[in-house]
Amino acid sequence: MKTKKTKLKTNRRKKPPAKAKEDKWVLRLYIAGQTPRAVNAFNNLRSICEEQLKGNYRIEVIDLSKKPQLGRNDQILAIPTLVRKLPGPVRRIIGDLSNKERLLIGLDLKKHK
Amino acid sequence: MKKQENRLRRHTLPKSPTSIQGFDEITGGGLPKGRPTLVCGGAGCGKTLFAMEFIVRGATQHNEPGVFMSFEETEKELAANVASLGFDLNDLVKRRKIWVEHIHLERAENEQSGEYDLEGLFVRIHHAIETIGAKRVVLDTLESLFSGLPSPLILRAELRRLLTWLKMKNVTTILTAERGEGFLTRQGMEEYVSDCVILLDHRVDDQSSIRRMRVVKYRGSTHGTNEYPFLIDEDGFSVLPVTSLGLSYASSRERISTGIPRLDTMLTGKGYFRCSTVLVSGTAGTGKTSMAAQFVEAACKRGERVLFFTFEESPSQLARNMRSIGINLEPWEKRGLLRFHATRPTLYGLETHLTTIIKLINTFKPDIVILDPINAFVSGDNKTEVKAMLLRLVDFLKMKRITAFFTSLTSSGENIEITDVYISSLIDTWLLLRDIEIGGERNRGLYVLKSRGMAHSNQIREFKLTEHGIELLDVYVGSEGVLTGSARLSQEIKDETEQTFRQQEIARKQIALEHRHEAMEAQIVLLRSEFAAEEIEALRGIGIDKERNERFRQAKGRMAKSRRSDAARKTRVRKRTKTRT
Repeated sequence: MKTKKTKLKTNRRKKPPAKAKEDKWVLRLYIAGQTPRAVNAFNNLRSICEEQLKGNYRIEVIDLSKKPQLGRNDQILAIPTLVRKLPGPVRRIIGDLSNKERLLIGLDLKKHK
Repeated sequence: MKKQENRLRRHTLPKSPTSIQGFDEITGGGLPKGRPTLVCGGAGCGKTLFAMEFIVRGATQHNEPGVFMSFEETEKELAANVASLGFDLNDLVKRRKIWVEHIHLERAENEQSGEYDLEGLFVRIHHAIETIGAKRVVLDTLESLFSGLPSPLILRAELRRLLTWLKMKNVTTILTAERGEGFLTRQGMEEYVSDCVILLDHRVDDQSSIRRMRVVKYRGSTHGTNEYPFLIDEDGFSVLPVTSLGLSYASSRERISTGIPRLDTMLTGKGYFRCSTVLVSGTAGTGKTSMAAQFVEAACKRGERVLFFTFEESPSQLARNMRSIGINLEPWEKRGLLRFHATRPTLYGLETHLTTIIKLINTFKPDIVILDPINAFVSGDNKTEVKAMLLRLVDFLKMKRITAFFTSLTSSGENIEITDVYISSLIDTWLLLRDIEIGGERNRGLYVLKSRGMAHSNQIREFKLTEHGIELLDVYVGSEGVLTGSARLSQEIKDETEQTFRQQEIARKQIALEHRHEAMEAQIVLLRSEFAAEEIEALRGIGIDKERNERFRQAKGRMAKSRRSDAARKTRVRKRTKTRT
């Protein structure tokens, strides 16, 4: 999937080895430009993932301000939106992911615990 | 008028024409260009269609590509819906005239964690606008956001930002919104849109539905403030500002035949005036429709176009019935000179009827319009509304220089003139058909109640439906009163016999008189001859007497001479006296 070449991207780059080992989790984060909210969202997401799914996840960041046509596929309105592509079913969490509790519920991770 | 319009236009905002029939007239040119307009109304009132027509007509007629963001229907559904209106949405999308995008929102799918904004929506709209160079945008309906996304507070702030952003983009936007209780819209959208608000309404009055539209607000522009009826049919949306018509039409001196020669004679030999309004009223079965058909046939023979609205019979039934009196309307229908439009009056409200009629007139462009019958619209107490509707229709027809022919059914037992009085003032020529019931028979009588601008006949005529059309006959007016039908025939025979009898009588009397005269003459002759004979006799007698008298005197004288008596002196004295005298 298309990813964003930003400072966010460099973080993501750490993951490929994990991906090679068959990702269980594919998370797609939609943003529109490098806004503070977008950076927050990414950081929040990454810390949760590190905490909960270490080595078993991949984050794709899509910047709609660069690729606006991609917004249609996942029906993106709100920014930022996190889409859990895998495992199914698809879940969506909107917001800067600052509410950890709701993020875990949204990702179905609360049950995993 | 035109100057005034120009002046208005100069002072008002630039407008984006919708090309929706009638709407641009009300708003003086369309929606405010480059600004958002709110279209609100209840379910099924035509918001989406209005918006879609704005986009499609913009793309096809004004070369303004448009973006349609649909929150409710998918691209496929939309294309299918408007295909019935003759819009090929898929083709327009392919040619990049229109961008249709479905925005799916499902509350259950969206979990919120922290703050968000609607930049995604902005990006998508922006992308669509940029891709096709759109000048028009529709968001149908933005209120779905409130049910699809959490945090109304964020949404409200974002909505405000969106509208400002759209204005900056200089696109003409339509936002649709569901009507709310006590407010124009459920989510108070009118707060955000301050430039133009249009309210669509779909209400049911007396079991029939009426669609109405009102421009609630139009900042910086004058606009019609009335509620205007509108129609949604196979040609899309049409609004008819029919209330704005006036009495400024020109009149015509041209006369057209009624199709009945003797009726023409009654109307000073030439028939109705063109562009006039003719009303034929009468009780059931007096031949109103037949008169209309006769008029239609005459018009079609002259090559004129006729639009026939029938509210009681189906066109085929009407054609069949008219064939029985020798009027064949089908050939005219086939040649396209005659068109029937049959609807039940109860099918929809008065306004919708009026709009349908006017729309059909605008497309068919007839010379003559028949409404049979007009009082089919009257139900309960709505005579005032019917009159108002007819008034507008009559004004419209006169402006279009169309001759109108209405029939009106009056209930028997009522005074016919009074029954129809509510429309009387609209009518130029009013013919009355009435039943005349005599001698166990019901016959039809016709007379001209009024006919503006001509010295019409004051005579009542018997009206007969024959195999070769309508015939007018003189009614019997005599000692027995007004007679029609067989009573008239028998009376005529009776009169004839009486007359012959009288003539014979006269002849007889004349002969008798002559005889008497002759007898008298003969008597005169007889008397004359008798008199002549008597006269001769009498004269002879007189002569004898005179002679005798003379002889007597002479004898007396002789006697006196012989006697020498005084008698002689006496005689002398007598003689002297005689000489003196």
